[in-house]
Amino acid sequence: MSVKLTEEMLTALPDARGHFGAFGGRFVSETLMDSLMTLEREYLRLRKDPEFQATFDKDLANYVGRPSPLYFAERLTRETGGAQIWLKREDLNHTGAHKVNNTVGQALLASFLGKKRIIAETGAGQHGVATATVCARLGLECHVFMGAEDVQRQSLNVYRMKLLGAQVHAVESGSRTLKDAMNEAMRDWVTNVDDTFYIIGTVAGPHPYPLLVRDFQSVIGRETRRQSLEKTGKLPDALVACVGGGSNAIGMFYPFLTDESVQLYGVEAGGLGIDTGQHAAPLCAGRPGVLHGNRTYLMEDENGQIAGTHSVSAGLDYPGVGPEHSWLKDIGRANYVSVTDDEALEAFRMLTLVEGIMPALETAHAVAYAVKLAATMDKDQMVVINISGRGDKDIHTVAQLDGIEL
Amino acid sequence: MSRIEGVLRTLKGQGRKALIPFITAGDPHPDETVGLMHTMVDAGVDIIELGVPFSDPMADGPVIQLACERALKHGTSLRRVLAMVSEFRKTNDTTPVVLMGYLNPIEAMGYEAFADAAAEAGVDGILTVDLPPEEAGDVAPLFAQRGLDPIFLLAPTTTDDRIRAIADHSSGYVYYVSFKGVTGAARINVDEVAAKVARIHELTALPVGVGFGIRDAETAAAVGRVSDGVIVGSVLVDTIARNQADIEELKRALTDLLNPMREALDSLAS
Repeated sequence: MSVKLTEEMLTALPDARGHFGAFGGRFVSETLMDSLMTLEREYLRLRKDPEFQATFDKDLANYVGRPSPLYFAERLTRETGGAQIWLKREDLNHTGAHKVNNTVGQALLASFLGKKRIIAETGAGQHGVATATVCARLGLECHVFMGAEDVQRQSLNVYRMKLLGAQVHAVESGSRTLKDAMNEAMRDWVTNVDDTFYIIGTVAGPHPYPLLVRDFQSVIGRETRRQSLEKTGKLPDALVACVGGGSNAIGMFYPFLTDESVQLYGVEAGGLGIDTGQHAAPLCAGRPGVLHGNRTYLMEDENGQIAGTHSVSAGLDYPGVGPEHSWLKDIGRANYVSVTDDEALEAFRMLTLVEGIMPALETAHAVAYAVKLAATMDKDQMVVINISGRGDKDIHTVAQLDGIEL
Repeated sequence: MSRIEGVLRTLKGQGRKALIPFITAGDPHPDETVGLMHTMVDAGVDIIELGVPFSDPMADGPVIQLACERALKHGTSLRRVLAMVSEFRKTNDTTPVVLMGYLNPIEAMGYEAFADAAAEAGVDGILTVDLPPEEAGDVAPLFAQRGLDPIFLLAPTTTDDRIRAIADHSSGYVYYVSFKGVTGAARINVDEVAAKVARIHELTALPVGVGFGIRDAETAAAVGRVSDGVIVGSVLVDTIARNQADIEELKRALTDLLNPMREALDSLAS
């Protein structure tokens, strides 16, 4: 099923209770409801407040370094032999990933709400670093929750966060990855709800988080749209972005949702292969359920217990996905696909060697799929890959897979 | 009148307070849960809250998280929990049983299938931690039609308007979470609880059970004095964890914990 989306339909979503069709909502324990309703009310006000928006735009320009370039990957295009491949360079943002767009926005919100203590969850550490960064800038107390397994495989980012003055809490419960970090962050929040602002790193969680994170990340798609028209005189034919929780993808897709000619591809972590069950691809192989405050596609067993996930990239190693993606999947507006760990690693090496751009392993999933897609398209067509983050943090992981001790 | 309403009404008539224990079903092993329920009834409890284990218990502290892990390791599914209640009902037709847990296992089973099976098994009430009334529109009527009491949480952060609205969606009792935090933390402030429960009593006629932070006869009596019942969870679950190797010893330990609470609550009787 595919429906033609209009501006009117989009502005009506999420609805007053935070629903995107059957997805989203606010499934949290009662203690947090008042805080979420206050956040919703204040955000809906600030969203239209020129002073808030002007401050946000100024910070994106002067602190994050926006706009990020839209770069024509000429050699990659030649090697691929199909559509023109363009790269939206979110890896060039301050802190090296798209995550900072959102943390700048939410830290600003926290300041407007007078909250001095910030908590965040992180997987690969990019959101943790981006949160610690804005907290250092604004003098806010920062606590980052990170699965103990991710603390191991992303030690560089852990140390970065500590240098930035954040306290990093290694989470030992459950699968010791991103979902457990989010559980622990919610437990901290419920305990310290009066003085604490929870900066969620992706477009998941209870309403209004999927809305406000999408708004803050949509700068990616707005710039891409404008840059594409300026540089090529037309809109891209396809956009490709990786999807863990889905914040870089929704930020890229959202400003194009009503442009029917633009195909959208969200690339999930296929891990060892969808048929092995060792993956993190709820949109490709999961079913709807409720976790972390929203209804969305999940990886779960037949009894509704959340399933273990696997991905070579810590940032995609999550059993859920933002509810707006679940809705876009069900209405057929976006296509959700997956690539394996091996394909992502190959793409990581290819982009590094062919363009001198080392992508994050998360981003490498988008690169892998985009190259396959571009090869099937005409030379006068155009594919944009969201280069959501840079790969420095993954050098240890890649070296280890190569059997090299650094 | 539901079994829950009947029990609470009788207690009120006697000037007594409800003692409501919580244990996680399937902990330490699914085969032991029904026996532990009977032990608690023998120790004088009035209503049993039976936790349905979930892989991601976001509102719970470490004690109940570990109980969930133990129960899940032995394959304690929602269906198996319902089978435990059926088994319990073979010899106990009077003690109400409330299932307490998270929404996703219910979603996975299907709302209607779950409501049918819960009523059939002899469940009396459903408390779903991550399901506020705003999201319960599809499922709460299915419960009500089958005589299952939907029980919702109230918190220190719940405003008067919400207390009224939540009470409108509730039957049986409302569960007041005594402090901001997860289960098992030691943060209870009896004066604050007394003030909020008094306010809740002004806004609804439903009985108010208070949970979180009640760990011994002293806290039970202090909270019982200002409410209609006390819910005791983590301290029992911790006792289960420490005595899981010896079930008879465990039953003695649970009885030794609950007896003084019962006596302390009954000493309040007017």
